[in-house]
Amino acid sequence: MHVGIIFFLVILGSVLFHIFTPWYWTDVASNWGGMDDTITLTFWIGGGVFIAVCLFMVYCVFKFSYKKERKAEYKPEDKKLEKILTWATTLGVAALLAPGLIIWNQYVNVPKNAIEIDVMAWQWGWQYRLPGADGKLGTTKVVNINDDNPFGINLDDPFGNDDVMIQSDVINLENNRPVKILLRSVDVLHNWYVPQFRAKMDAVPGIVTYYWFEPNKTGEFEVLCAEYCGVGHYAMRGGVEVQDKQDYDNWLQQQETFSDLIAKQKILENEKTKLAKK
Amino acid sequence: MSEDFNDNKTIQAQSSEAISGGGSGIATDADYVRPAEVADQDLYHGHSFITKWIFCQDAKVIGVQYFLLATFTGIIGLILSWLMRLQLGFPELVPFMTAEHYYQFVTMHGMIMVVYFLTALFLGGFGNYLIPLMVGARDMVFPYLNMVSFWSFFVAVGVLLASFFVPGGPTGSGWTLYPPQAILEGTPGSGWGIMLMCISLILFVAGFTMGGLNYLITVLQARTRGMTLMRMPLTVWGIFTATVLAMLAFPALLVGALMMSLDNVLGTSFFMPTILKAGEVLEYGGGSPILFQHLFWFFGHPEVYIVALPAFGIISDLISVHARKNIFGYRMMVWAIVGIGALSFFVWAHHMYVSGMNPWFGFFFATTTLIIAVPTAMKVYNWILTLWRGNIRLNTVMLWCLGFIVTFVNGGITGIFLGNVSVDVPLSDTYFVIAHFHMVMGIAPLMVIMGAVYHWFPLVAGRFLDEKLGKWHFWLTFLGAYSIYFPMHYLGFIGVPRRYFEMYDSPYVTSAVGMNEFISLAAFIVGAAQFILIYNIIKTLKTGKPAGHNPWQACSLEWLTPTVPPEHGNWGDRLPTVHRWAYDFSVPGAKEDFITQTTPPSEVAHTKVEKT
Repeated sequence: MHVGIIFFLVILGSVLFHIFTPWYWTDVASNWGGMDDTITLTFWIGGGVFIAVCLFMVYCVFKFSYKKERKAEYKPEDKKLEKILTWATTLGVAALLAPGLIIWNQYVNVPKNAIEIDVMAWQWGWQYRLPGADGKLGTTKVVNINDDNPFGINLDDPFGNDDVMIQSDVINLENNRPVKILLRSVDVLHNWYVPQFRAKMDAVPGIVTYYWFEPNKTGEFEVLCAEYCGVGHYAMRGGVEVQDKQDYDNWLQQQETFSDLIAKQKILENEKTKLAKK
Repeated sequence: MSEDFNDNKTIQAQSSEAISGGGSGIATDADYVRPAEVADQDLYHGHSFITKWIFCQDAKVIGVQYFLLATFTGIIGLILSWLMRLQLGFPELVPFMTAEHYYQFVTMHGMIMVVYFLTALFLGGFGNYLIPLMVGARDMVFPYLNMVSFWSFFVAVGVLLASFFVPGGPTGSGWTLYPPQAILEGTPGSGWGIMLMCISLILFVAGFTMGGLNYLITVLQARTRGMTLMRMPLTVWGIFTATVLAMLAFPALLVGALMMSLDNVLGTSFFMPTILKAGEVLEYGGGSPILFQHLFWFFGHPEVYIVALPAFGIISDLISVHARKNIFGYRMMVWAIVGIGALSFFVWAHHMYVSGMNPWFGFFFATTTLIIAVPTAMKVYNWILTLWRGNIRLNTVMLWCLGFIVTFVNGGITGIFLGNVSVDVPLSDTYFVIAHFHMVMGIAPLMVIMGAVYHWFPLVAGRFLDEKLGKWHFWLTFLGAYSIYFPMHYLGFIGVPRRYFEMYDSPYVTSAVGMNEFISLAAFIVGAAQFILIYNIIKTLKTGKPAGHNPWQACSLEWLTPTVPPEHGNWGDRLPTVHRWAYDFSVPGAKEDFITQTTPPSEVAHTKVEKT
């Protein structure tokens, strides 16, 4: 008796936990609410199957526990029942797969008006680069990276000169404007992840990976590295500040471009040489 | 073909018998079983202590050796998990716990539990003990190779544990060992640690291949007279199919480990692109980190089923025996095992949806992954349909079975979340993943192992384990483990990333602190509860209730040996002859509620046997 009751309480407890849990999603702050909806759908169908299977099991425990005088039913198979169950399961699975694939299709197809952001990762930090007035990011190479060229921009690439360089782990984004995150890493795997945006992708050294989202809530969010990258993994945080267009434009105005940086370096060098001459 | 012929003949003869209502105990045509085609196996009988118990060629002893060593390694894995939970629940409580140590414990815990505990225990432990007994063989076909297999495993474990004592300690690269970080400074054990890990894995795979060949060829070639493939217990089907998977999957791991070792030691660049480290460009270039992930998961996903399929098989047998009812839909169960095994080679990249591989792969792998849910669900239905109208003994073994069903279905459902590509995006690399795989391939297989221990201990030791202790062990483990992993999914929903040494005070996870403390406490209790089993074994080994022959009234061959526990050679003078499948429980018209596999049709002619 008590066996069935305890198992029943486990099922009941799981359902109650799900209903009353204080631990649940953060409010979604991007266009990927559809992912939450698919999770909810999967919860309904999957959770329903879980409860049905477990309750059936509990019922069997109550109803068919051992009695010496009783004999179990003898029924090696039931082709019809097995067929029905197979098709019902297939249907349920297809119903879950379809929305999943539809959203994935949106995930891999980036809207044309998305602004590209170069997210550069290393052990253990982030920095960002935005295209300048030409709307294009300059190409880069790991071997170019040095103090004067922190992003490793190819110097002969004209698109690189006006790139906006944000040598900080916090970046600002414009609200309601899609962004294409271009990820690269100079050492090991990383992953630029903001829980409220739902989206993520690994940064892989040697290649550039991407994903996109459209922030739709202003405010500050924490960036976490979501792919294990060595002892500093847990401390590899960053930030995002989503702003309305006006504030964002103001912020963008104040950022330095690559040519600014080169000019600054030149002035510094000149001063150094002057000092040396003196 | 000839097996089919034999099978048909038995069935026909049988049904004509049933119609005529005859059967007087005289052997008839129906009892005919094709004679053996090969001579009886010659066995090497050890005489000294060393040849009998250490370098032993008896599969049963090797099985127990595998079991004990895997359990020993598993306990180390358990202790590591305690240390991790200490840090997660009560950070800064343990003074020696640095991030380096934490990641080393994470890595060793994962690798130990998956490979050196679960795989070794299911295939090396149960495989060795049960295959020859269940198919009616005297031993594995290559006993000497079998012995070498265990001792390779022994050395592999030794090398693995030695890495705790080398400079830099064991590798802390996560059990997935992803390069480039696994072999670069910044990851603990990037020199010696990862090297020993790779060597240990290579030894394990080599040793496992020797054992695996044995399991396959014994099943294919050494079955006794009348034991057709479709009469084998599902335990054998599960272990057999898992071994096929292992033979195909482990080479990918071996190659990955080998190539990474070359990158590490010789400076090749299989997996290493141009890398900038501390302001300097390293002497690597052109390699692909994602290639390693493909190799790893081409092994890693089948590996899940290498653990799961034997568990599926064993649980089917346990449920059937203790529900006193044939396993429902035996043929479906066999094809599901084989189908899942085949499909498991086409789903690996669902571990890599956000790895940066070409995102178009996502469509393919999401589809294959969800297809695999169908045969898996069929297995679940058939388990609970076996309970339906059964005569269920609610003993300790059955409790573990019920616990398995709950945890496996739970973990299977969350697998549908993670397999469904875009649903995986927010959940991957979070605690949802940890909760999922611990439920489905940690706790669920553990339930099976425990059920199997309580079930077969009377065969191995000749005595029952104590039921009362067993029930304590079960309830503490099941309720404890469920309350560890069920709430943990919700940490994943919040977005708490895995492999974090410390969360700090991220604004959206502060509510997780209380849950982490709770989970840690539950983990300590569940871990401690496992020692009840060890106590139970030690206690009952000498003083337990004697089991005698076939104490569970089972049908399968392993219970029908002339001596209990079975001796070397298993069957005394004559090999058993098999007349039916392993699930003739509660056959209408039969005197008892089971008919053993060796019972000839003439002895039970008045019964209405539908399947043989």
